[in-house]
Amino acid sequence: MNRTITNLGMGLVFSFLIAPLIVVGGVSLNAQKRLLFPPEGLSLRWYGELLTDLAWLVPVKNSLIIASCSALLALLIALPLAYFLWRYRVFYAKALFTLGVAPFVLPPVITALGFLIFWVTLGFYGHMSAVVISHGIFFVTLPLVTLSLGFESMGDDIVEAARSMGADERMVFRSVVLPLVRPYMISGYAFAFVLSLNEYIIAYMVAGFTVETLPIKIFNSLRYGYTPVMASVAVMFALLAAVVFALVARFGDLPKLLGKV
Amino acid sequence: MIDRSPRGAGAYVLAFGPGLMLAVFFLVPFGIMLLVSVAEAVKGGAYNLAFDGSHYARFFTPFFGRVLGFSLFIALLTACICITVGFPFTYALTRLGHRAQVVWLVFILAVLSLSEVIIGFSWSILLSRTAGISNLLVWLGLMREPVAWFPGLAALLCGLTYLGLPYTVLILYPPLSRLDPELPEAARMLGASPLRSFFTVVVPAMRPAIVATVIMLFVFTLGAYLLPQVLGRPQHWTLSVLITDQAIFQSNLPFAAAMAIFLMGVSLALVLVTSRLNRRAMGSP
Repeated sequence: MNRTITNLGMGLVFSFLIAPLIVVGGVSLNAQKRLLFPPEGLSLRWYGELLTDLAWLVPVKNSLIIASCSALLALLIALPLAYFLWRYRVFYAKALFTLGVAPFVLPPVITALGFLIFWVTLGFYGHMSAVVISHGIFFVTLPLVTLSLGFESMGDDIVEAARSMGADERMVFRSVVLPLVRPYMISGYAFAFVLSLNEYIIAYMVAGFTVETLPIKIFNSLRYGYTPVMASVAVMFALLAAVVFALVARFGDLPKLLGKV
Repeated sequence: MIDRSPRGAGAYVLAFGPGLMLAVFFLVPFGIMLLVSVAEAVKGGAYNLAFDGSHYARFFTPFFGRVLGFSLFIALLTACICITVGFPFTYALTRLGHRAQVVWLVFILAVLSLSEVIIGFSWSILLSRTAGISNLLVWLGLMREPVAWFPGLAALLCGLTYLGLPYTVLILYPPLSRLDPELPEAARMLGASPLRSFFTVVVPAMRPAIVATVIMLFVFTLGAYLLPQVLGRPQHWTLSVLITDQAIFQSNLPFAAAMAIFLMGVSLALVLVTSRLNRRAMGSP
């Protein structure tokens, strides 16, 4: 395609994607408790409020606990599964993989309702552990996909070489396989962590009235009127995601992690 | 050659643990949901196991038909907008240098991970009267006074496109970056203009990927729950809003479950059709 048209088109997409973030970033700097753009008077007080006001600090804490634990759970489920699917050829491999990807392919509201009914039946409705497990299952797909890519990119010859030198199954895994897939583990964890932090519908259905996460807190606040604190949360979230993914790109090959050969 | 058949209990434990977790926490909830969808609703959010098809019968009311029709319409429209913008964009992205691609991908991933709540909030500010882009247009002299562009259908479409576009790019990225660069080049050599080689070579070669992406986007948008509430008017509420409303506020779990099962049926049918289409496309040269 023509260079100028291409640049123009990409510029338009960029403007579309960045515009809401610029406005929100500007609004978060208002000195008064009003949402004006361009902001009137510059101040960082709303960022301070986010980190000092208990009404916001508790959801921040909840979200961080849920995201870090559920991403770990997702990784712990995905790692042995991806290893098994790579190491052994079994006829039900495709079924296992589909089971791991399924939660993510369906509209999340369905999965969320499934979890709601499940936890109500078991009597864990409203518990934070229920949210952690639900997110862990829901986001298994992400580490499963990155790890599968990681295992596939590893040749058989390297495993064969280790075995011919006398390494047993466990040693091969610990000293050869694990170090090679570590970047894929980290990126899988990072994806699951960031998406769990932003997830709304499952957290809301499973424990929305007892465990307030940040997205739930924002949505609840939307009904009582907008404050610049919400804008500062949005900015922090976008920045955090950008930092996490930039780190993933720094320590791994991002295009390859996303499926480029 | 490495032994490819699992031997001994140790190998099976690897698959058994994760498989069990997924079965218990994913398949079982679906099983229960299926049971609940034919249960009797009891006041206060509980249910009695029974065989009661009345929840499914409620689908045939004009109200439900209207909500379903609107949900399908808005999902299809969003999917079409996203592919129209996202496909040429992703193609251009894959032709960039490695460094530029990494920067773009970090940005796309950051936008992708934004919560629906944050997207709804951001767009409602962007389209608001006090802080929105209409102020910019007034400042430029293009408009007389700032106006609010939300809630409304256009605002909802903006939000849904914003939600779906990064997703589109990431689904199209692997097939497009694997596309042989010699293919469009060959067309150029034969005298086709860049635009023409894009439409006559790249687009047809990617047809299975395009169809698959549209269907995945369609299913994805069907599940949007917050944006219709934040950016739309009540007549723009989708099936997902209805499901949540029934489950949480009307405490009618059986009816919510029946709607979810129905939505899942629609989604699964579409996913199956896609994989069938893709298999056929890959089978033929």
